Amino acid sequence: MFGAAEAAAGAVEPGFLLENAYVVPLVMAASFALTLAIGKRLGKHASWIGIVSIGFCFLFAVGVNVQWYGYVHDSEHAAESHSEDSEESHGEDTEDHAEDEDEAHAEDGDEAHAEEGALVLPAAEGIGPMVDGESASARGPPTVAAVAEEGEGGEDGHAEYTIEPVTKSVTWWTNGTVEFEVGMLLDGMAVMMLFVVTLISLLVHVFSTDYVAGDRRYTHYFAFLSLFSAAMLGFVMSQNTLQLITLWELVGVCSFALIGHWWEEKPNSDAALKAFLTNRVGDVGLLVGMIILFFAAGQTFDIIEINTLANSGDITHTALLVASLCLLAAVMSKSGQFILHTWLPDAMAGPTPVSALIHAATMVVAGVYMVARMYGVFWNGLVIGGSSVNALAVVGGLTVLGGAGLAFVQSDIKKVLAYSTVSQLGYMVMALGVGAWTAALFHLFTHAFFKAGLFLGSGSVAHAVHSFDMKKDMGGMKQFMPKTFWTFVICTAALIGIFPFAGFWSKDEILAGASQLGGDGSYTAFLVVGSIGALMTAAYMTRCIYLTFFGEFRGGHHGEVSHGTEDHPVEEDHLAADSGHGDDLEAAHDPHADDHGLPHESGPRILVPLYILAGLAIVAGFANVPNSGALSWWPEDFALVFEHLFEPRGGYFPSLTEAGPTGAVFAHPKFDIVIALSSTLLGLLGIGLAYAWYFKGLGPHGITRRNRLAGVGHRILVNKYYFDHLYTGIIAGGVKGPVARATNWFNKHILDGVVDGVGKGAVVGGRFVYETIDQKVVDGAVNGSGYAAEGGGQVFRIMQTGKVQQYGAILFAATVVLAGVFIVVI
Amino acid sequence: MDFIQDWGLTAMVFAPLAGVAIMMLFPKDADDTHKVLALLTSLVTAAIGIAVLADFDYDDTGSLQFLRDNEWINVINSRFILGIDGLSVPLIALTLLITPLVIAYSWNHFPEPHNPKAFLSLILVLHTGMLGTFVAQDLILFFVFFEVVLLPMYFMIGVWGGPERQYASIKFFLYTLFGSALMLLSFLALFFLTGGETFSMVELAERVQGMDIARTTQLIVFGGMFMGFAIKVPMFPFHTWLPDAHTQAPTQGSVILAAVLLKLGTYGFIRVALPILPEAAQSWAPWIGGLAVIGIIYGALGCLAQTDMKRLIAFSSVAHMGYTMLGISTLTDFGLNAAVFGMVAHGLITGMLFFIAGSVKERYHTLEIKRLGGLLVSAPRLGWILGFCTMASLGLPGLAGFWGEFPAILAAYQPAEGLPVELFRGYMVVAAIGTVLAAGYLLWLYQRTAFGTVKDEFVDDPNIHDVNGPEWIAWTPLLALILILGVYPNLLFKVSDGSIVNVASQIAAATGN
Repeated sequence: MFGAAEAAAGAVEPGFLLENAYVVPLVMAASFALTLAIGKRLGKHASWIGIVSIGFCFLFAVGVNVQWYGYVHDSEHAAESHSEDSEESHGEDTEDHAEDEDEAHAEDGDEAHAEEGALVLPAAEGIGPMVDGESASARGPPTVAAVAEEGEGGEDGHAEYTIEPVTKSVTWWTNGTVEFEVGMLLDGMAVMMLFVVTLISLLVHVFSTDYVAGDRRYTHYFAFLSLFSAAMLGFVMSQNTLQLITLWELVGVCSFALIGHWWEEKPNSDAALKAFLTNRVGDVGLLVGMIILFFAAGQTFDIIEINTLANSGDITHTALLVASLCLLAAVMSKSGQFILHTWLPDAMAGPTPVSALIHAATMVVAGVYMVARMYGVFWNGLVIGGSSVNALAVVGGLTVLGGAGLAFVQSDIKKVLAYSTVSQLGYMVMALGVGAWTAALFHLFTHAFFKAGLFLGSGSVAHAVHSFDMKKDMGGMKQFMPKTFWTFVICTAALIGIFPFAGFWSKDEILAGASQLGGDGSYTAFLVVGSIGALMTAAYMTRCIYLTFFGEFRGGHHGEVSHGTEDHPVEEDHLAADSGHGDDLEAAHDPHADDHGLPHESGPRILVPLYILAGLAIVAGFANVPNSGALSWWPEDFALVFEHLFEPRGGYFPSLTEAGPTGAVFAHPKFDIVIALSSTLLGLLGIGLAYAWYFKGLGPHGITRRNRLAGVGHRILVNKYYFDHLYTGIIAGGVKGPVARATNWFNKHILDGVVDGVGKGAVVGGRFVYETIDQKVVDGAVNGSGYAAEGGGQVFRIMQTGKVQQYGAILFAATVVLAGVFIVVI
Repeated sequence: MDFIQDWGLTAMVFAPLAGVAIMMLFPKDADDTHKVLALLTSLVTAAIGIAVLADFDYDDTGSLQFLRDNEWINVINSRFILGIDGLSVPLIALTLLITPLVIAYSWNHFPEPHNPKAFLSLILVLHTGMLGTFVAQDLILFFVFFEVVLLPMYFMIGVWGGPERQYASIKFFLYTLFGSALMLLSFLALFFLTGGETFSMVELAERVQGMDIARTTQLIVFGGMFMGFAIKVPMFPFHTWLPDAHTQAPTQGSVILAAVLLKLGTYGFIRVALPILPEAAQSWAPWIGGLAVIGIIYGALGCLAQTDMKRLIAFSSVAHMGYTMLGISTLTDFGLNAAVFGMVAHGLITGMLFFIAGSVKERYHTLEIKRLGGLLVSAPRLGWILGFCTMASLGLPGLAGFWGEFPAILAAYQPAEGLPVELFRGYMVVAAIGTVLAAGYLLWLYQRTAFGTVKDEFVDDPNIHDVNGPEWIAWTPLLALILILGVYPNLLFKVSDGSIVNVASQIAAATGN
């Protein structure tokens, strides 16, 4: 059933694993079905189905990465070997690509295809004229980026080669004799995500076997972990936009199910609904945006084709602009960008490993990934790399600061991390907005490790104290859980961006991108935003570490955690509020608090994943060390490995050498020692300030009570900028309250009123006909028809005894007759 | 196979009536005999149907197959013409599936006042009417079958229904009849306008093209058909019979009503109204599309205000059929294919939801949402199934509902030539926003009924049990199909596409594009 794999240009053959990577999501889907089917019977061994499956997938993904390495290498060589005339090889490539497209649409022949194209063309024109002026002006000044690119020594020689994605597809559905496909698109970014998702999912699986042990829905939990992994892995390999939408939503459903895992308590199911509905709002943008692209690209869902057409200027700028703004709405909801970020902190109602997997490391980056995947569209639609600020960068920048601000006022450790995630996702979106594609993906890569590490670390702590409240139940955890503490500190250092931890490299690349890319220094503002963000990140994470690990242990005072090992922050809050701080010492009820009520270090199934993630938080940054600027001494073979391997090269990605329709050339920022040093210093400053404030008690404590302005600021933060009031209270409350009731009233009294009114009117009419005409006129005239009258009267008496609505019968009959007369007369 | 080719359709359509005749021979109190007989009849009908569908040429779904053309009422030149193409096949398959499942479900879910003989006979009569409508190729024959379904449904609601059954059944009957009367007038008008020689749909379509009928006349004639079909669908603002009928009908009635009867209207649009009067259809399309998207939003808002689970599901039909009608109003292959898919998907999903509502009612003796809760605790499997159907109903990609909605929204971006593009793009956005509201009312329903804890009055209620045998039998095929069609929609698109392409090109040709 599978179509022939489309081999790369030239003779480069992808390996077996690359060609068959589609089995990875299928294995996880099977694992979901199997866990659901027989998991209950296996009891606590149900998790083995998922662990074995994801373990297999992880190994497969590693294999895929290894083969990808070879494939990239071969592609490069193939290009070098016949690069005598780069022009020619370029032409060949596009030709090949066109052929591939035709093959993809296979049996229907070129005719149908051509016909479609013709059909669509006028519509594409209808979308709007090319914005000639704009693109011309953008083409004018050679961008800084282009200059930067030339400086990148080693890259020059290979700039021309392309890496054909490995694809495979089958027919999915048919319309108007055109067959649409579903399948796999494997290129660098997908390969990279395969590794990240399977690795983190595997670690989360292992962690969970201890963390949710004994949970009342152990099987369902693991089943949904599997389904989530399947959806996410399928998502990153999506061959077309419709498949992207499908798996995007499926990922959302898994998130819904896992946030609402403990659905007995209303706050949890509320959080699940909020997540799903907020994402649905964004999905409107996703649907509309993809539909626009579908028609603009000549009725195709094919991601490569859409991007290629966008890059070649065959799609009007207006269509691309509108589409990318629509898609931006989807990014805002899925990736927690302002102003649709409100669901993400609430999503912490789910079990912590899920927060690590879904709400920090993988699912929430789906939005970022989508932008990266459709980068041809965004690049040209928003004129990224041009000389003006674009919506993507603005949204990202706002999110960096907005999220970081909120992280300061949380007392729930998971919420600090959630807002931190919001803020970090803001960095990624901002990076994509300024044209630093590779930096964004690299940050996605490193962030996945250290944020998962932080979440799992917080889970480890919470596992010990049965609460997420840093202020009430933690403090001094360092002495009880030294191992958790150190992994947490390492991951925090990575998050803050301390040299040489992972986050340093990726964040620095984003900042360098903001300073160097775009024309006329158009993105410098985002350098400032990013730097302030770094300062804030350092400060709130120091606060978090202080509250959790230092000072006096404040927990152990309310023992009654009735449900054993579950962790719902909300529920814990309730318990704490109910029982108060006084009636303590009931800790004996708690099976885990047997060491005199004091917390203790977690077991190996929790610690090993933490070690691995902390290890990656240290080394992951070296995957993309730039060998430019002050680091130009770095050996070339170990430099920019990430960029080299995972950045797409081909017509579907903005070109490194030629200006696209917008006049901008895709480029990479150089390492800038000034930025690196200053962002590190800002980070240290943030740590220092927070240290002075929390550890040393310096500074104007209590200013929020004394100073009006500070008080207002604090209140705005505590109320999360009032977004929740607006969304939940005013919009959602309004729609399901007054608006819905008004509609129902209209239905009952107006529409139904008309129907019933017609009924009543007909009865009155009938009575008039009977009493006046029939009885007096007709009956008077035809005196002898007593029998008929009696019969008629009986019928009528029956009707009179019935409900008013029964009269509807007559009146409708009358209406029908009237209508008939009316039409016949006409 | 000759018998199947020549008489297969006829046998399939009238087999249920034969079953009714046999059931009449047995006394009223032989409950089990009637159940067995009814089930057997429906299975025999399904077997004949499967034989027909197996013999169907799936490479030529665009043309009518199994044609049967006999003399019937010579006085008015009405003939007994049966035939099926890719448009009828999915709906016939749906009908053939739903009826046996409904009968199986009835095994131990009998509504008061019991009387299986009468109840099951009515279902079988209904079966004949539904199948007949989907195979008839002559307008008078179509009309007869279209009306045949009214009476059994009227009695099902009026006799076996809830407390307000009198009002609901009369409203249903008269409202629909009102529409049918106008539709019949339109049929007659077509007959006379084309020279009074035929009621054959195919021939009429050809004749209308060949003649020069005044535009106004065409519009009015289309209007009559519109009323007949739109009330059946039902479209806003002619939908008010639906929530009452659904809420009051017994579970079986609701399921059939939702799964098949509503489709008679949308089927009528695609089979009769559009091909015969394409130019009028083009003029009407913006209005139909407008009513459709109003219906999407209006139905959703109506759902949010409901306090009764069954009434909420009923209202959701208004919204869902809005997507189907939006698809039809675009007059494109995308839209029409979406409509056919939407019909089947809505039949499966909403049929399932009504089954569930019936089973919840049987256990809790109430469907008032605020008294329910914790279904996942007291009947976990039932709760899961409800969750699955909720997701399907809100149009989750990967489940059947999505394929009825997405292509319809897609089609509205670029409707057929000659339709106002900007207006339809507006419709597209509204329809897309409708998906948010759909998720809202369905998940809110799910949260209030399935999540949370069991209300005090139902704790330890022995009457509340999980899914039982007949329920599994009735539901498994539906659930499986919702998933299978969702994952691999080509199963259906491939069948419907041929005839849809025909309809779309007929319209395009007639409207001069």
